[in-house]
Amino acid sequence: MIRLQDIAKVYLLGKRELEVLRGVNLHIKQGEMIAIMGPSGSGKTTMLNLIGCLDIPSSGSYYLEDREVSRLSSGELAQVRAQKIGFIFQTYNLLPQLSALANVELGMRYAGGVDSGRAIEALNRVGLSDRANHKPSELSGGEQQRVAIARALVKDPPLILADEPTGNLDSHTGEEIMSILTELHREQNNTLVMITHEADIAHHCQRVIHIKDGQIEGEEEL
Amino acid sequence: MKRWLEPLLNAWEGVRTHKLRSSLTILGIVIGVAAVIALMSIGKGVQTQILSQIESMGSNVITISPGAVTERGVVGGGGSASTLTLEDAEAIAEQVPYVAAVAPYSSSNQQLIVGGENLNARVIGVTPEYQDANNLYTTAGIFISQYDYKRGTKVAVIGSNVADTLFSGVDPIGQQLRMGNNIVRVIGVLESKGRSMFGSTDDALMIPLTTLQQTITQSRTASGGHVVSSIAVVVSDDEQMNYVVTETTSLLRSRHELSTGEADDFNVQSMEELVSTITEVSGTLTIFLGAIAAISLLVGGIGVMNIMLVSVVERTREIGIRKALGARERDIWGQFLTESALLSFTGGLIGLAVGWGASKLISGVEIMGTITTVVSSDIVILALAVSVGIGLLFGFLPARRASRLNPIEALRYE
Repeated sequence: MIRLQDIAKVYLLGKRELEVLRGVNLHIKQGEMIAIMGPSGSGKTTMLNLIGCLDIPSSGSYYLEDREVSRLSSGELAQVRAQKIGFIFQTYNLLPQLSALANVELGMRYAGGVDSGRAIEALNRVGLSDRANHKPSELSGGEQQRVAIARALVKDPPLILADEPTGNLDSHTGEEIMSILTELHREQNNTLVMITHEADIAHHCQRVIHIKDGQIEGEEEL
Repeated sequence: MKRWLEPLLNAWEGVRTHKLRSSLTILGIVIGVAAVIALMSIGKGVQTQILSQIESMGSNVITISPGAVTERGVVGGGGSASTLTLEDAEAIAEQVPYVAAVAPYSSSNQQLIVGGENLNARVIGVTPEYQDANNLYTTAGIFISQYDYKRGTKVAVIGSNVADTLFSGVDPIGQQLRMGNNIVRVIGVLESKGRSMFGSTDDALMIPLTTLQQTITQSRTASGGHVVSSIAVVVSDDEQMNYVVTETTSLLRSRHELSTGEADDFNVQSMEELVSTITEVSGTLTIFLGAIAAISLLVGGIGVMNIMLVSVVERTREIGIRKALGARERDIWGQFLTESALLSFTGGLIGLAVGWGASKLISGVEIMGTITTVVSSDIVILALAVSVGIGLLFGFLPARRASRLNPIEALRYE
């Protein structure tokens, strides 16, 4: 599903080069649920951005479903994101002016077309069908993240990426979100890659990748 | 949902979310479009008005007026010379082909008195042909006849305003009227033609030319001709206007004994020429008015650009989210362009209504006669197209900026 080969990412900070990723090799199988852990500045978010086709590596190759996507143009990357990838963010990133339902529909807009029926169904599956017409400001953090999960899953993408999905939530709500994610992952059988620095959260996954200073330090199977 | 409808609804959502800001932006366009419509409708109105006045004077008429008099190298104003005579008019009638009628006339301002009422009016000495040459109709009585003209009878045909002022409530036909030191009898009242920048017949009184020459002005040229102030020539065939102008000119030149190289001491102007001159002038006026209004439209457009730039910055995160969800550059570009086009199109629609209303208010105000403003369909289409165009033009830069945002940085934007 995902193959990273010698991936390096260098940012230019003024005249200084900043090596964020230094030769990352990673293989993720279809249907896996993986956690990436590491301290701040270890490069885990950069790695997730690369996997999510929001950015391209400075060197190395990235194969998504056996297609090399590390050399695509920004338009082609957008197409890949639209068709293949669903994002879940720490800060939910819902559009404040849209209702929960409209936010979920937004997940389909660039992926071939809006289907309100499917959007309602997706909200139903995260247990929020009675909140469909509420604006994000009228929802709790946990509810907003559930809307975001529905938005990511509504187009049924093969790959779901979550950047600290429970980072802004209390541990109880975080557990709730994780159980929803785990359950949906089991049902839909997509590949799920998430960043977290909470070990409890990481334990929901099948495999944990530890990253430090831009390199994979080790991994554990659970 | 229809493919084309969705972006429009999205854009509307964006406009609606920031009501005050959108309204103020729209206001700029509203003012611009309203100004364009109102001013251009005035321009068109003035043009139509002048042309219809000319039309009412007869479009197949050639007007001959005296030229400038040159005395010891000093050129006087046009019409200052007394070069045209009754005899010239008779010669034109006899010798120039395609002439249906020749109507020489002279005028003079006189005090008119009836009982206790008095009025200073233009007294025009005319021939019977004057009626046809100027499309005049009587509402009561008759016009000056050939008999009146030959005999120099003391009869008068009065304009509608003169009738109203001097004979309010009384039938003027057959009444006596004191004109300076002379008494004339009213035999007809003219139909009102409305005010005109060329001097309306509503405020005039007409008597036979011969009567005028006997009683008021007796000026003669050195060769003994009876001086008239103008000669109107009615051409029988519209196609032959230019031919008649040329023939008349050469006839008058030889009658006035002008040698080659000497300038004409008269002006021959066909209505066609006058119409084209006025169309040109009023067209320029309309464009000029439109251009002034267009400046306010431009300012409105810059307002749109300003707001869209603010909007792009404010919605950086939204753009990041949309890009993460798979929006391509052209999706974002289209979204912001649609929004700015919608803003200015809405402004254009409201501005159209406001401008239309304003032009209706202006309509009926008297400037050189009553102006009837004209909001023609081409002005409407132009204004709407320009307002959408302005939205696209001034939305271009902000939309491009939005579409080129880096998704990662945009998502991180607070």
